[in-house]
Amino acid sequence: MIVLGFLLQTVRIAVPFLFAAVGGVLSERSGLVALGLEGFMLGGAFGAVIGDFYGGGAWGGIAAGVVVGVALAALYALCVVRFRADQVIVGIAINLLVIGATRFFLLLAFDSASNSPRVAGFGEAGRGLLSSLGNPLLWLGILAVPLTAWLVHRTPFGLRLRAVGEHPEAAESLGIRVPRVRTLAVLLSGALAALGGVYLALEQHQFSDQMTAGRGFIALAAVIFGRWDPARAGVACLLFAAAETLEIQLQTVSVVPSQFVAMIPYVLTIVALAGVVGRAVPPAALGKTATVAD
Amino acid sequence: MSVSARAAGLAVEMVGIEKSFGAVRANRGADLAVRAGEIHALVGENGAGKSTLMRVLAGLYRPDAGVVRVNGRDVTGWTTAQAIAAGVAMVHQHFMLVPTLTVAENVVLGREFTKGPVLDLGRARRAVAELAAETGLAVPPDARVGELSVGEAQRCEILKTLFRGARTLVLDEPTAVLSPPEVQDLWRVLRRLRDGGGTVILITHKLDEVMEISDAVTVMREGATVARFATAATTPAELARAMVGRDVALAAEAAAAAPAPAGGGGALEVRDLVVRGGRGGVAVDGVSFAIAAGEIVGVAGVEGNGQTELVEAIAGLRPVASGSIRLGGRELSALGPRERAAAGLSHIPEDRHARGLVLDFSVADNLILGLQDRYARRGVLDRERIGRNAREKIHGFDIRPPDAALPARALSGGNQQKIVIAREMGRDFSALLAAQPTRGVDVGAIEFIHAELRRARDAGKAILLVSADLDEIFALSDRIAVLYRGRIVALLPRRQADKEIVGEYMTGAGRGAA
Repeated sequence: MIVLGFLLQTVRIAVPFLFAAVGGVLSERSGLVALGLEGFMLGGAFGAVIGDFYGGGAWGGIAAGVVVGVALAALYALCVVRFRADQVIVGIAINLLVIGATRFFLLLAFDSASNSPRVAGFGEAGRGLLSSLGNPLLWLGILAVPLTAWLVHRTPFGLRLRAVGEHPEAAESLGIRVPRVRTLAVLLSGALAALGGVYLALEQHQFSDQMTAGRGFIALAAVIFGRWDPARAGVACLLFAAAETLEIQLQTVSVVPSQFVAMIPYVLTIVALAGVVGRAVPPAALGKTATVAD
Repeated sequence: MSVSARAAGLAVEMVGIEKSFGAVRANRGADLAVRAGEIHALVGENGAGKSTLMRVLAGLYRPDAGVVRVNGRDVTGWTTAQAIAAGVAMVHQHFMLVPTLTVAENVVLGREFTKGPVLDLGRARRAVAELAAETGLAVPPDARVGELSVGEAQRCEILKTLFRGARTLVLDEPTAVLSPPEVQDLWRVLRRLRDGGGTVILITHKLDEVMEISDAVTVMREGATVARFATAATTPAELARAMVGRDVALAAEAAAAAPAPAGGGGALEVRDLVVRGGRGGVAVDGVSFAIAAGEIVGVAGVEGNGQTELVEAIAGLRPVASGSIRLGGRELSALGPRERAAAGLSHIPEDRHARGLVLDFSVADNLILGLQDRYARRGVLDRERIGRNAREKIHGFDIRPPDAALPARALSGGNQQKIVIAREMGRDFSALLAAQPTRGVDVGAIEFIHAELRRARDAGKAILLVSADLDEIFALSDRIAVLYRGRIVALLPRRQADKEIVGEYMTGAGRGAA
């Protein structure tokens, strides 16, 4: 029973990572750095609460969250694809923008600097772990991994995506519209990462300031750890989620100071990136600005 | 002209093409007329505007002025997609292949077969196999392109264009990376295409290729078309004169002047050298040779057989796994690149952009790279001496335009290479590593660089020459070594070597005689 609880908790925690990581895979395989995942998630979380609160219920929340994520992704695409701005800088700018904007609208909508009022979400809070199984987003998050793998490896779009991220000039010389493929990939990644944020907000039945707490960056680490492959990135997410679960369960045992236990997922991230994966070979065109005219 | 030309069955007609990049006018009124069903050579020095003109034809660039007609239809300013749809395709010098995808995936990319929403790679594989059998372009369809040999990658590139229904094929210096037997294979394929009614435009600056394969030749110089010949009615000397605008000593003629090597012990000695390659394998596998003072040893071989690693290991840019490298009796293998240079080793690297130059630095600064300590006083650069050095080198090595303040980027490939050569050969050294010293360099500059190498040899330097160009190896070397899979499979005096023997060793076929 303890094992089952541990596994269930791990999956619950993994879902936001899974959404963001497969989104990150799509973006990075197209050649665009996915530094904005954190912002897309936070924006999605906020959108979810707004949609839910203003009468949409959980499904309205999902829709609103995705709209916000896609809008932010469109902004990112506009800057880096159309105007060829530096991807790292725009990614960071988007993250900072979303932190500020959510605070502003939080104050505007709910007159609070820290959190929103309670929203319906899925299931009842406090009904235990099993209630999560009734949350369709949990299942969608798990399904997102094989779906993304299928998209990347089995469809013409996936083939073009991989080509564009590796050798955009070659893709362009074959008549593939590189900016379009990249924009589509980023919009999809915005929608997916936003769903991760939506899941967080609806699980907690509220939005709180900076509630994603770096999950977008951990998802990005999972992308690299998984060598830009959806399935392997998914496994990495489960690993990070297991570490976080362990942290939560160890916090009740006061042998080790809780601050050290809280570091586990992050230490694991650094260790994973530093060498355990061996040499990770990113898509060759990743992060390069203006390789192809649009 | 255009009306009569249309009647004559022209596959391609380009009239008065202008194309500028910033201040550089790459094409200034260039013309080209190619009949359907011929192999047409487009020749000219590097920077003459051949590639630009062909990129305009393939839809990669939009011309600033001029008209492009294909099969009589005005297609000026079309896109690559439109060009491909009309059967015009280009095989680039740097392959447009995605190294992480398989041959079949690369071939169908952008025109994928599908089964419902899913890629049908089985059908792609069959299509590749069929096309390969039809044209003689043998490539394994499931191999990853990054793992192919250069010759195979090129065949894949050609397959890709044919899969898209190309009837007019533009090849940009296709033989630069091939071994002689692979070149013959390519010629067979091109003749087959032509005999099947296809049109081939071949960009090259190798005149023997022009004579061997083409039906007609167009010569470009400084962005404009200067001459057009039927191949049967011209000679290499006439073509060279048209390309350069003056008489040129062709490599084959100059070779006869090579003197016998001066005696003396090995100035540069390499013994049992083992060097690991980028992927953990052994790239140089127990190589030994000695180069005497006043001798040029040429290393022939298909690219990727350990040449790069050999040169980098001797220069100190790549660790030596085992073996020794001696210069004038002094062991170098534990020294860093700067100490080796100080010991008298000069190095003309194979990739001048990656290793030879800082493109955004001025010509003057590039001329002292690595020597900056000698041009500094108390840690501050001595601009006056740097300027004097630049003026001397620009004059002595005929670097054009003669402006020391220009960034190296602004110069043509040939003049960039002259900067590297001026720096590496314009100082004290006893041994020189010359890796691909004339790659991407125009005929006039090649002549100059060859003369410099011979002069250094005659002045008693030991020179290791690595070149993908067999003509160059034969024109300069006193002895010729053939590198195959990291080993020296043959080391012959120039007099005993001919291209056929060396070509066989290059493919690993000549082992029986080793």
